[in-house]
Amino acid sequence: MEFNAIYVIVAREFKKFIRERSRLVSTLARPLVWLFLVGAGLNRLVMPEGGVSYTQFMFPGILGMTILFSSIFSSISIIWDKEFGFMKEILVAPISRLSIVLGKALSGTVVSTIQAAIILLLFPLVGLKLGVAEVAGAILICAMVSFSISSFGIVLATFYDSYESFSVIMNFIVMPMFFLSGAMYPVKLLPAALRFVAKLNPLTYGVDALKHVLTPVRTGPMSPDFPIILDISVILIMSLVFVLVGARFFERKG
Amino acid sequence: MPIIKVENLVKRFGGITAVDGISFEVEEGSIFGFLGPNGAGKTTTINILCTLLAPTSGRASVDGHDCAGEPEAVRKSIGIVFQDTTLDKDLTAYENLSFHAYLYSVKRGEIKGRVDDALRFVGLYERKDDLVKKFSGGMKRRLEVGRGLIHRPKVLFLDEPTLGLDPQSRANLWEYITKLPQRHNVTIFMTTHYMEEAEVCGRIAIIDNGKIIASGSPEELKKTVGGDVIYLKTTNTERAKEEIKRLFELEAKEKDGELYITTERGDACIPELIRGLKDMVLSVRLQRPTLNDVFLKLTGKAIREEEGTDMSSIKEEVRAYRRRH
Repeated sequence: MEFNAIYVIVAREFKKFIRERSRLVSTLARPLVWLFLVGAGLNRLVMPEGGVSYTQFMFPGILGMTILFSSIFSSISIIWDKEFGFMKEILVAPISRLSIVLGKALSGTVVSTIQAAIILLLFPLVGLKLGVAEVAGAILICAMVSFSISSFGIVLATFYDSYESFSVIMNFIVMPMFFLSGAMYPVKLLPAALRFVAKLNPLTYGVDALKHVLTPVRTGPMSPDFPIILDISVILIMSLVFVLVGARFFERKG
Repeated sequence: MPIIKVENLVKRFGGITAVDGISFEVEEGSIFGFLGPNGAGKTTTINILCTLLAPTSGRASVDGHDCAGEPEAVRKSIGIVFQDTTLDKDLTAYENLSFHAYLYSVKRGEIKGRVDDALRFVGLYERKDDLVKKFSGGMKRRLEVGRGLIHRPKVLFLDEPTLGLDPQSRANLWEYITKLPQRHNVTIFMTTHYMEEAEVCGRIAIIDNGKIIASGSPEELKKTVGGDVIYLKTTNTERAKEEIKRLFELEAKEKDGELYITTERGDACIPELIRGLKDMVLSVRLQRPTLNDVFLKLTGKAIREEEGTDMSSIKEEVRAYRRRH
């Protein structure tokens, strides 16, 4: 592993992230639209449960959405780098494929965690009461989820290596991942077939872990679906698997 | 000492043989030119030497390291300027080069100095904080040459370095490239399909349809197509012809009212001819063989004869093959 290389891959992504204001604005606008336009409407339709309103129930899911889009977008930039040739510069460097994958996964982690943290700080607007410990815990979970989704995105990017596949990924992978993550409706209320798919969804466990930290309700339909220990374990194991699989595919295809 | 050794190298993409059993060596500190028309197998060979492709059979080594067996060691000792730009257009010139320095584990304390030196060498220091997307094609190519030198490679690969550049940028780029072996102690391996550009090379290998069909110095290769040709216009063609035969024992032939003589050293021959023929000479013109003539003689076709549709369809097939594997 080459730490210099990992560092500079992350630094490049961060620099571009800071420079591209429009990217920041659009990735922050999406969760806000869902939270305050979709959420506010549904808030009137769905009764509060155990002191938790629908917008509050949706809040961890919105953080998950922020991370999902930002991390996948960051990892999919590998396709761009291939298309515009920059990936060749990285591939002919004397660095291991694992370093490239870790660098890319950490790039996604940094930019996604920053964006999730910005959205998280809006918690008073949905009426949640959180202390420093809850906020810190939520940011830590966001970072772990960002890493796992970013490394998942890298595996996707090695499968779909042309420009045109971007919309395929967005419509057939990312959107279903969002809807079947427990972000909009509890996994336990889904029909059996969809519940099965939701359980295979890497994002489900991230959203569930955030529900544990951010919402007080522990029973009833709006409560978390799995124990938090299970959530964290699944996130960590998936991250490891995706990174190794990603590095393997990079080796073969790069 | 050869720094690059290639033995019986073969690369097949599905049914297409891109490189068909080539062998050659490149001496350390030289400029080696790999010439051939588009699709001859030049880029495939470079990609194998740069460890981006595995050969189907045969061996290639750079600086004593096997390209297939020790890719990391090979990557450390080479720099590459690809045919298509591999810069990040959304970063500045300085950032692109420092990114490279980090990738090659240059010590942190040395990065700034080396990047600044490289930028000065290619004449882009003043523009170091500009985004690369504002650069012209020639500036980008120069920046890539500078970048390729940052980690002090032993061999610098240049794949069609002047492709798509205007004549002025091309001349400008050559100025930098020809200085490299002495100034940076680096061996240059370049491909081109502009024959006149290959004149700067110490040695040349000509490749066509995946096979090397000739190699040697530009002078040696040009000798194979015959010597220089001197064209003479005189006041009296018949008398001049006789005088040339009598004085120099050279056979002059007539064509379109001009005499022409084929000889080894045309440049040295001209003053003597003028002296011998006295006032008869009206004009003299010397034509030396070009590498294009060499290529024409070897293959029966000019190197830049476009076979556009043919070649692009093969390239497309290779690309599709690589996507599937």
